[in-house]
Amino acid sequence: MRTLERKELVDLLRQMLLMRRFEEKCAEMYTMGKIGGFLHLYIGQEAVATGAISVLRPDDYVIASYREHGHALARGCDPGKIMAELFGRADGLCKGKGGSMHLFDKSHNFLGGHAIVAGQIPIGTGAAFASQYEGKDQVTLCFFGDAAVNQGVFHEAFNLAALWHLPIVYICENNRYGMGTAVERATPIKELYRRAEAYGIPGEAVDGMDVLAVRECVGLAVERARRERIPSLIEAKTYRFRGHSMADPGTYRTKEEIEREKQRDPLVLFRNHLTAEAMLKESDWKALEKEVRATVEEAVRYADASPEPPVEWLCTDVYVSER
Amino acid sequence: MAIITYREALNQALREEMRRDPRVFLMGEEVGLYQGAYKVSQGLLEEFGPKRIIDTPISEAGFTGVGIGAAMVGLRPIIEMMTFNFALVAIDQIVNQAAKILYMSGGQYNVPMVIRGPGGPAHQLAAQHSQSMESYFYHVPGLKIVRPGTPKDAKGLLKSAIRDDDPVIFIESELLYGTKGEVPDGEYTIPLGVGEIKREGRDVTIVAYSTMLLLALQAAEDLEKEGISVEVVDPRTLRPLDTELIIESVRKTNRAVVMESGAGFGGIGTVIGEIISEQAFDYLDAPVERVTGANAPTPYAKNLERAKAPSKERVVAAVKKVLAI
Repeated sequence: MRTLERKELVDLLRQMLLMRRFEEKCAEMYTMGKIGGFLHLYIGQEAVATGAISVLRPDDYVIASYREHGHALARGCDPGKIMAELFGRADGLCKGKGGSMHLFDKSHNFLGGHAIVAGQIPIGTGAAFASQYEGKDQVTLCFFGDAAVNQGVFHEAFNLAALWHLPIVYICENNRYGMGTAVERATPIKELYRRAEAYGIPGEAVDGMDVLAVRECVGLAVERARRERIPSLIEAKTYRFRGHSMADPGTYRTKEEIEREKQRDPLVLFRNHLTAEAMLKESDWKALEKEVRATVEEAVRYADASPEPPVEWLCTDVYVSER
Repeated sequence: MAIITYREALNQALREEMRRDPRVFLMGEEVGLYQGAYKVSQGLLEEFGPKRIIDTPISEAGFTGVGIGAAMVGLRPIIEMMTFNFALVAIDQIVNQAAKILYMSGGQYNVPMVIRGPGGPAHQLAAQHSQSMESYFYHVPGLKIVRPGTPKDAKGLLKSAIRDDDPVIFIESELLYGTKGEVPDGEYTIPLGVGEIKREGRDVTIVAYSTMLLLALQAAEDLEKEGISVEVVDPRTLRPLDTELIIESVRKTNRAVVMESGAGFGGIGTVIGEIISEQAFDYLDAPVERVTGANAPTPYAKNLERAKAPSKERVVAAVKKVLAI
């Protein structure tokens, strides 16, 4: 991978900062009752989506789980449309029909947020199948959490991707808990990247709190998929600072553990790195904060201003033929 | 008009649609080298090659999901279930994913795919290979469900299903693959959601599809000898359902018998019966009668299997009951 210029590095930092501030605002909006249902925050894991998606071309595909606000933002989806979707409004990405767990954006080849654990893995594999079928050199990035590796379709999709040499990179975001169940309580082999061995494909672990390490690792895997049609499994070791969803009582882990992990906050780590490399001055950071806060405020304004979807939309988009 | 088997009719539909559209491919267990477990895909590997006739491992949820993803980005997959009972292994992909992606994405991504294969009881296939799977899917908004009963319908409807922009559950039957019938020469399609009067009559309407259609027609013939005129309505597609055709027929005959091969409780016949009661109540001279499979898993023993399924005698009895004979 080539070395990034200062501007590109600052763009990565801005991206992570946007995810963080956007989701802090989401939590606030949820408490105010403007966002309903389940809200799964990505806070703590921002380096993974930011680093991974930064290596893609616009025609590549991204598919993710229900913890996908960050992936949608990294893919370039409009923050206002995302917020409007979370508010259940007509101008949301999916007209208010999807919600937090189901963000889709065809204009950015974002194949959606999927809320059955591992359900998106064969679907992402199908997008990669289509690229190969049509002789295109697109790559699919397929994101899922650590709990997904214990579902049956994880195995089925990996088997098919390896068998058919599909251009896909699977990214397992190991945040150490499937809801409240720690990885070691769910599977005997804790090094999840080693699952790749069973399918004869490359498997690698990467520090998911280090955006540049993620970028490097995923970048190589994407090139491998694009040029040689070799699928890979990347295990990004990360940690979620917030609960599984807003309803999480947090009984399954200690405050000390969370505080310890927060010492490795990916946003702080990367900010410090850029500062140490003399690429980021305090004034630059303040300017970024200001810019990002303005983007988030504008997103909320956009969402607030958007009307509720008209009731006439209830039964549209069920069938193409009845649209 | 040529007389061909139901199997050949399906094969022709697959072949014609694959020639017509390079985005169409067939994927499933034993569809290629083996030529199809029931030979529906016979000769297709030879014509279209392994890129488009794709043998899979036994992995229904996996390859159904692959079909969904491929359909979302522009291909038109045909996913074969060796028997539709195996679709239960993939039901999360079908119900939670394929059926809902158009809606959840606010109309951005559609899933133009066909999931096809045989379903319903056959010859002593026992409990896990004999289910009438339409009743597992008809409840799900977003899915279309087709159950053709004749070679002509099988061909015309499969072609329409492949061209359709929504996910279509297309259930064939082991018992029908070898049956023969007239099929129009040249290109034709039959639209989804349009039923057909398979036999005109005056006294009573029987609603029946797939294998039950054949049974209904046999019963109608017997009843004709007794001076009872039976109209047989074949909906062909169960979702969307041609309610207009059914209602029109019932308003004419004032009596209805609804058939299905699967277990009766909660079966598709409950819905059809409900629609008739709702929309033709004032025209009914008797309550709607249902002839269904027994509420038990399908047994292996020949005599028990026979007892589980609707029989001609039960159809005749039901018709006489609504006629108060």
